[in-house]
Amino acid sequence: MAALLSSIAVLNLSLFALGGEMKNTDNTKQNRIEIKDFAFNPKTITVKSGEKVTWINRDEEPHTIVSVEKQFKKSTALDTDQEFTITAGAPGTYTYFCSVHPKMTGTIVVVK
Amino acid sequence: MKPNLTNQFRSQIMPDYISHDHEHDGIDRRGFLQCMAWAGTGLLWTISGGVLASRTLAEIAKAGGSLPAATDLSFLQISDSHIGFSKEANKDVTETFKIALDRINAMPTPPAFLIHTGDITQLSKPEEFDTFDEVLKSCRTKDVFYVPGEHDVLNDGGKLYRDRYLKSVEAKGSGWYSFNKNGVHFIGLVNVLNLQAGGLGQLGDEQLEWLEADVKDLGSSTPIVVFAHIPLWAVYPQWGWGTSDSERALGYLKRFGSVTVLNGHIHQVLQKVEGNVTFHTAMSTAFPQPAPGTAPSPGPMKVPAEQLRSLLGLTNVQYKQGKSALAAVDSNLS
Repeated sequence: MAALLSSIAVLNLSLFALGGEMKNTDNTKQNRIEIKDFAFNPKTITVKSGEKVTWINRDEEPHTIVSVEKQFKKSTALDTDQEFTITAGAPGTYTYFCSVHPKMTGTIVVVK
Repeated sequence: MKPNLTNQFRSQIMPDYISHDHEHDGIDRRGFLQCMAWAGTGLLWTISGGVLASRTLAEIAKAGGSLPAATDLSFLQISDSHIGFSKEANKDVTETFKIALDRINAMPTPPAFLIHTGDITQLSKPEEFDTFDEVLKSCRTKDVFYVPGEHDVLNDGGKLYRDRYLKSVEAKGSGWYSFNKNGVHFIGLVNVLNLQAGGLGQLGDEQLEWLEADVKDLGSSTPIVVFAHIPLWAVYPQWGWGTSDSERALGYLKRFGSVTVLNGHIHQVLQKVEGNVTFHTAMSTAFPQPAPGTAPSPGPMKVPAEQLRSLLGLTNVQYKQGKSALAAVDSNLS
């Protein structure tokens, strides 16, 4: 069973690579984090390596997405309804925060 | 450190009032002020000795009078203009900023200078700074001292801000500086950069070391005014309304007989007196924010249009030579 899952994951990855920027196709999982009331929701999200993660700001206040350990590129300030997307890299736990309102923190857990 | 919410609500509904004044007269001012706050005695907070002769901007403008003769220095704090913001809470922040400047221009005796305690813009955009600068040209008072808000340093670590707003001062590091006026020592601090995950506003070691050296040779009777964007006291840490290393900064100022701390960021008037230190936050000229803990988040507070201007405003600060304390007077734009 583990082997089967692994191969599915590999298949997904290859589809993803072929799909390029067509991130909204049915084959691509939507990992969306909504920013609302000065909080990331969900606060912790688990995604597979290679999947995309998208934040959308629903506040009237600008927010940023910054990796605590500088493990992925930081966003510019997102105004209301603006989005920011990264592609999940190697498996691991990635913490991030809003550099404008550092009380806002979140975690991405990347699995194979 | 817990905010006095009763006091807070009063500050929002009272159009004008004097927030503080403390003299070296042996009276327990803190207790007195708290007592006054709870008693809800109204517009004026006067302290024994009766040296306070402050009037609100609106009163001065209406009466066509001049500032009290004994006032040696009068300056004005303006804050949180958020030029570029256009959401429900205030769709025309440029207009309310203009109204604030009109109020300043209507004063028979103009303030010596303005202090802007940050969040000039909403998104640090060059065109937002341009608009601010253009509108500010209408102000009769030309000298303005700035500190940045987090909204002014969003994408470039504050470079654009520093290029524009620190020309008249000898700024160090990320933009902190000090200057003297009428025997008062003014210190502008930066606490919105290099913030740490999970943390609050931050001054940082380099700035704190500079501060220690900056005040080292000053006599203890020198009145000190410190201004920074995020409050230098723990107003409401759950919302990030505080500065993690402010205690260290205040430690360097402990020996001074009069320290006035002016902040913005929270878009409402709050004050606290602790020993010889008076903390004061100013209203925004753009939109109000909720009282600590009274909303799901500290985002812009929507109020009926007819109430908006009563929640926006300015702070006038007066210093009388020979009296170490400064008096801060808030007035709204309604």
